[in-house]
Amino acid sequence: MDERVFIKDGIRLDGRRFDELRPIKMEVGVLKRADGSCYIEMGDNKVIAAVYGPREVHPRHLQEVNRAIIRYRYNMASFSVEERRRPGPDRRSYELSKVSREALEPVILTSYFPKSVIDIFVEVLQADAGTRTAGINAASVALADAGIPMRSLVSSCAAGKVDGQIVLDPMKDEDNFGQADMPIAITPTGEITLLQMDGIMTRDEFRQAIELAKKGCQEIYRIQRKVLIDRYSQFEDLQDEGSRR
Amino acid sequence: MDRKIVIPGDLLSEDTRRAGEGTYVRNGKVYSLLYGIASFRDKISVIPLAGKYLPAVGDNVIGVVKDITFSNWILDINSPYDGLLHISEFPKKIDVEDMSKYLRIGSSVMARVKDVDPAMKVELTLNDRRLGVIKTGRVVEISHTRVPRLIGKGGSMISMLKKELNCNIFVGQNGRIWVSGNEEDMDLALKTILLIEREAHTNGLTDRIVEYIKDARRARG
Repeated sequence: MDERVFIKDGIRLDGRRFDELRPIKMEVGVLKRADGSCYIEMGDNKVIAAVYGPREVHPRHLQEVNRAIIRYRYNMASFSVEERRRPGPDRRSYELSKVSREALEPVILTSYFPKSVIDIFVEVLQADAGTRTAGINAASVALADAGIPMRSLVSSCAAGKVDGQIVLDPMKDEDNFGQADMPIAITPTGEITLLQMDGIMTRDEFRQAIELAKKGCQEIYRIQRKVLIDRYSQFEDLQDEGSRR
Repeated sequence: MDRKIVIPGDLLSEDTRRAGEGTYVRNGKVYSLLYGIASFRDKISVIPLAGKYLPAVGDNVIGVVKDITFSNWILDINSPYDGLLHISEFPKKIDVEDMSKYLRIGSSVMARVKDVDPAMKVELTLNDRRLGVIKTGRVVEISHTRVPRLIGKGGSMISMLKKELNCNIFVGQNGRIWVSGNEEDMDLALKTILLIEREAHTNGLTDRIVEYIKDARRARG
């Protein structure tokens, strides 16, 4: 393992600088049957998020009288990783579902919809480290697309440590063989709603990693915002052409 | 009027007195609560581009009976919450045993929301001349977020439609619209309503719709 070199002349294995995200592609409203949906590619991660609701709660006993409940299901497709993954939920996906739900819950105004449920489904089609962050980014846009009242969007990305260097958005090799990985989710006003870490970092490295990840999230927020705004401005241009004809 | 597409969390104003529907105030500033179109008048309000219908007292809605219980009809009102129509809210005095004679499962009614309690129990009524069981005509469903556009400012769009289309129209705030007239007029009416839904967020729509109806009539001769 010590033989591995992750950084050469300040450039990472995939040609990125330390503070550079992988390329991001997003599309809103990709599913017709869902109330809101979003497809995202973050590097080699391919994730789709669908939002249903608010709708009636089944089973009934989960219902809350004064607010909507939120269910978040993170699921990896069996073909999303190199070695076939056994389908169905496992310990890891339960954990990710829980932390991702808690990352989004603080921004959603659940009190508007008592006795109902908002279901969020996140399907990982292809994984390459950072799927939970991709899932949260997509789910947050899908919630907005579903017309659900929120205080703001949530943006998420990870920072990690490889070769003793703090890097933004680690890809698979950096995550698997690096020294630390720390995904965060944050609102545009700077409130952190998700913070996890595995590996070892010093206090200073930790602070440095948070700052770096925050910058990454700000960049992702701009992309999220743009994709939502552009969807309708594009539509408007088309309409204008139509009326001129 | 100034209109703009906004997303949740967008700063709209620093004057809290201008906070309207679809906004929230935090630290003395007004932000958007929804993904939608913000209109800046005295008050700033955000109209969502999508979302579920939430019943409010006084709304006219079109409901479909989905169950009958002792003394209540349960209606689907195109919302996360069911509507309850009590037997006493039926315009005629009827016996509990006869409930399904007047309204069976699958029947549609034009109703008004009488009360909504904090637990979202929605009570409906049929006690008004304009309300009642639907026996003729057709019902179309559009997104409830487009209903304000269909009605227009001060009812300009809907009164134009009634006149130009030669149809009787009842608009449910839940996005269901009842149209009644002769077959040809109804065909055109449904097409026009769906066109308004698609183009709800564009400017100068009423005039374009008038043209559209005239064109369609001319084409038919």
